[in-house]
Amino acid sequence: MSSAIGKISPVVWFLVALTLVLGVYGDDIAGALNVGWIMEYPSALVIPFKTSITAAMKWLVEDAHVGPVSFTDITRAIAWLIEQPYNLAISLLATGFQQGQGSSAVTVVPAISWITVIAAVVALGHYCRDWWLAMLTGACFLYLAVLGQWDSAMVTLASVMIAVPIGAGGGLLVGIWAYRHPTGERFLSPVLDLMQTIPIFAYLVPILFMFGFGPVSALVATIIYATPPMIRITTLAIKAVDPEIVDFGRMAGSTKRQLMWRVLVPSARSSIMVGVNQVIMLTLNMVIIASMIGAGGLGFDVLAALRRLDIGAGFEAGIAIVVLAIAVDRLSQAFAVRVGQYSATETVQGNWLARHKRTAVVLAILLVTYALGRFLPALHEYPEAQTLTTGEFWDDLVRYLNVNYFDAFEGIKIFFLTWLMLPIKKFLLGVPWPWAIAMLVLLGWRTGGVRLAILCGVLSSLIVVAGLWDKAMITVYLCGASVIVATVIGVPLGVMAALNKRAGHVISALIDTLQTLPSFVYLIPVVMLFRVGDFTAMVAIVLYALAPAVRYAAHGVRSVDGELIEAGRVSGCTNWQLLRMIRLPMALPEILLGINQTIMLALSMLVITALVGTRDLGQEVYIALTKADTGRGLVAGLAIAFIAIIADRLISASARGARIRFGLEAKT
Amino acid sequence: MTSPTKLSCRNVWKLYGANAQTFIDTHRAPDDAAIKKAGLIGAVRDANLDIKEGEIFVIMGLSGSGKSTLVRCLSRLIEATAGEVLFDGTDLLRASDAQMIEFRRHKMGMVFQHFALLPHLTVLQNVIFPLTVQAIPRQQALERGREVIELVGLNGRENNYPRELSGGQQQRVGIARSLVAEPDIWFLDEPFSALDPLIRREMQDEFMRLQARLHKTIVFITHDFEEAVRLADRIAIMKDGKIIQIATPEELVLAPATDYVSEFTRHIPRSKVLTVSALMTKGDDCNGPAIKATARISEVAKQIISTDGALSVVDDKGQVVGSIDRAAVASVLFGDGGMS
Repeated sequence: MSSAIGKISPVVWFLVALTLVLGVYGDDIAGALNVGWIMEYPSALVIPFKTSITAAMKWLVEDAHVGPVSFTDITRAIAWLIEQPYNLAISLLATGFQQGQGSSAVTVVPAISWITVIAAVVALGHYCRDWWLAMLTGACFLYLAVLGQWDSAMVTLASVMIAVPIGAGGGLLVGIWAYRHPTGERFLSPVLDLMQTIPIFAYLVPILFMFGFGPVSALVATIIYATPPMIRITTLAIKAVDPEIVDFGRMAGSTKRQLMWRVLVPSARSSIMVGVNQVIMLTLNMVIIASMIGAGGLGFDVLAALRRLDIGAGFEAGIAIVVLAIAVDRLSQAFAVRVGQYSATETVQGNWLARHKRTAVVLAILLVTYALGRFLPALHEYPEAQTLTTGEFWDDLVRYLNVNYFDAFEGIKIFFLTWLMLPIKKFLLGVPWPWAIAMLVLLGWRTGGVRLAILCGVLSSLIVVAGLWDKAMITVYLCGASVIVATVIGVPLGVMAALNKRAGHVISALIDTLQTLPSFVYLIPVVMLFRVGDFTAMVAIVLYALAPAVRYAAHGVRSVDGELIEAGRVSGCTNWQLLRMIRLPMALPEILLGINQTIMLALSMLVITALVGTRDLGQEVYIALTKADTGRGLVAGLAIAFIAIIADRLISASARGARIRFGLEAKT
Repeated sequence: MTSPTKLSCRNVWKLYGANAQTFIDTHRAPDDAAIKKAGLIGAVRDANLDIKEGEIFVIMGLSGSGKSTLVRCLSRLIEATAGEVLFDGTDLLRASDAQMIEFRRHKMGMVFQHFALLPHLTVLQNVIFPLTVQAIPRQQALERGREVIELVGLNGRENNYPRELSGGQQQRVGIARSLVAEPDIWFLDEPFSALDPLIRREMQDEFMRLQARLHKTIVFITHDFEEAVRLADRIAIMKDGKIIQIATPEELVLAPATDYVSEFTRHIPRSKVLTVSALMTKGDDCNGPAIKATARISEVAKQIISTDGALSVVDDKGQVVGSIDRAAVASVLFGDGGMS
């Protein structure tokens, strides 16, 4: 690989060695020279960003107004707008339409019965693809009913049904706007970067302030979290429409609006549907976190169980989220494919009934269950006596594993802690901050020129000035250790998946499943086996962040030019030489991008692992949330975002450098 | 060639790069060195064309010669940096957006290299798309759509989606769609380049058959000189953004303006380009069987060679204008030039 990376000069070796020495002996050196400030930024010089932000937030909520309209009026109006459809969805799916207040409420029309909902998703599955999908989605929903998760699941589904159209529709409109206004896009792009890298927790607090505790806050947070990818994908998808098609649209005499809605958007619709699928998955991902600010449903069940350390109940509700996610994910993917392909067979003539058989059947079931539900309550609600629970089974399993394999688990944990995690932590905390910033600036300058150097310098200095350096280093350590482990596991898996078809199928199924799971779910089994602490956090992060490392490596190795492989074969390379000398070096840029994504996912998982007692910026954000301290949460959140931005820019710049060296990309 | 001019462009420039507009405003007619010095790229340089009503005007050039840019300047898909594009006397470059939309809806049709069919619409829906953006009543649009589908020979495929058709069929859809609004001027941007050679040939024949019926004013872009010669009434040859020569195929072969042009013409069989009138001996003193002066040599070679002695050559009005014999034809078919 040295040929791909280029000769490493002695200066670099010297700097690396010096950094290592400083990392190990930094404390001693600082002590001997009596310059403690290089290890610990003096607290007198910390700029109190957090108090100013808190004050600004207070002003915004209490005093800010334009004319007679105060800021709170606006937030209330937004809340009202979101609340209306949400109440409708909740009534339909979960609570039924009620009259009156509190305990005296009388249900006028009950919620849609479980049988009807299952029939509807089966019909939808059949519409989107075939009977197999219909059976899968039906089974998923049946599982929710049988395991007694129905009510919570419907509450969750209701919020998904509200958040997804708003997120996807809004994202589409903003994406189109960005396509039409390139200057706007240039402004939007860094905002989206920030939105995607600031941990969700950080903006839960201000949202809580503005919208109060409740489902609306949760929906707003979910929408903010889930929309950015939709915006990006929309803009990219429209840009990717064949320029000839754009020319055609204009030559046909389309107005601007006709061009957008009749030519561009329909031509890009299969890509746009990928964005919608992303919105759905992110919304489900957000379910548990949103429950912290008032969303009910499955997320609340998991969170409550996790707080009680009730492993069984938590696991059950967690699996219910997964099951729901799988059903919705497969449905939306199949729908995207269906929209992307157009078949000539769907031109059934005849009356409404003949053209809408599936809808008619579902409506019939709805009416029948309403009518008969009065006499047979089981038609309305799945009878509680018939529910199964697996909670005890999980409790027993964990007890059994812990009693019998305690030493093994403990051994693994101690091994990783002593040989990987603690050395990294000690090293990072040992490097004096001025040196670390200098090295970052140097690295930025080498990979991306002056602008990147300035960016690295400014962002890392801001972290120091905010007084968060130590916590940032712990963040980097936890994230770094996880990324190292994820890379060591993920890249070989990816290479294997690319080279061996059968392994490829197994690995991609595994990765698909890992990606469908909401991030919280990883915590539960790991906490059960390893209890709380940094190691648990690392395992959860690795599981969550593994997917891109595998995917990108596989994609990189697969897309190496076939002629190059043949050239290697003809020159007499063994398989191993082919891999080492052609495939891996050529796939390096892709692998780097995969690691970049892994880092991003790892950082976003950090805050969630704060629940298991880490001591990094994620914990800072989590504490801020529990204390409703806006400034503290935002500053720590921004610090995480800065780390993410630095890592992202450095790695993208070096991946680009590699691509330019290989002639895969033009130098501009 | 007495037909009126339908579309003409005067001193059209398209420069790419920063401040191209101010550059062209200060240098009315910059030379290559000045353009290069300003850091600009001259995609179209000082183009002048007159396209007559009912003719097939081919713009020929290799990739990067600026032919696609030029045709997009003519239809204003790309804004020219300077110059005029006159369509029936109106300067398109100064038309408002709304006027331009009207022009495109009623006067222009365009066929694209990669067909540019909308993937989400059926053949019929694609074909009537230009009518739907004009909000023409649905029944009327469908009727007209079926007419043009019939015209290009795609009956029975109305409800297929583009991806279900072969390349040749897709381009037939593209052609039908560009004709549906009965345009005055028909732009074809390398319409057959993406097709296999056999299909390309078939489509060229089809195109000639259509034109014999419709008599549209056509601007046809190609990088294939043989195709140009086969279809064109007149050809403009472009290189590096400049038009090097505008002439009939025959004139190009007989009198290439530069070495670049003669390089193209060298490999073209003379018999397929030259007409009888270029080879005949002038005078009306012959009375053998008559052939037409406008016929291509390849079309009449067999007849001339199998006849002993000279044949008389007649013009469009049937007047004898000269004679031609075996020797003249043989020198074209077997010699290296055939010009006497």
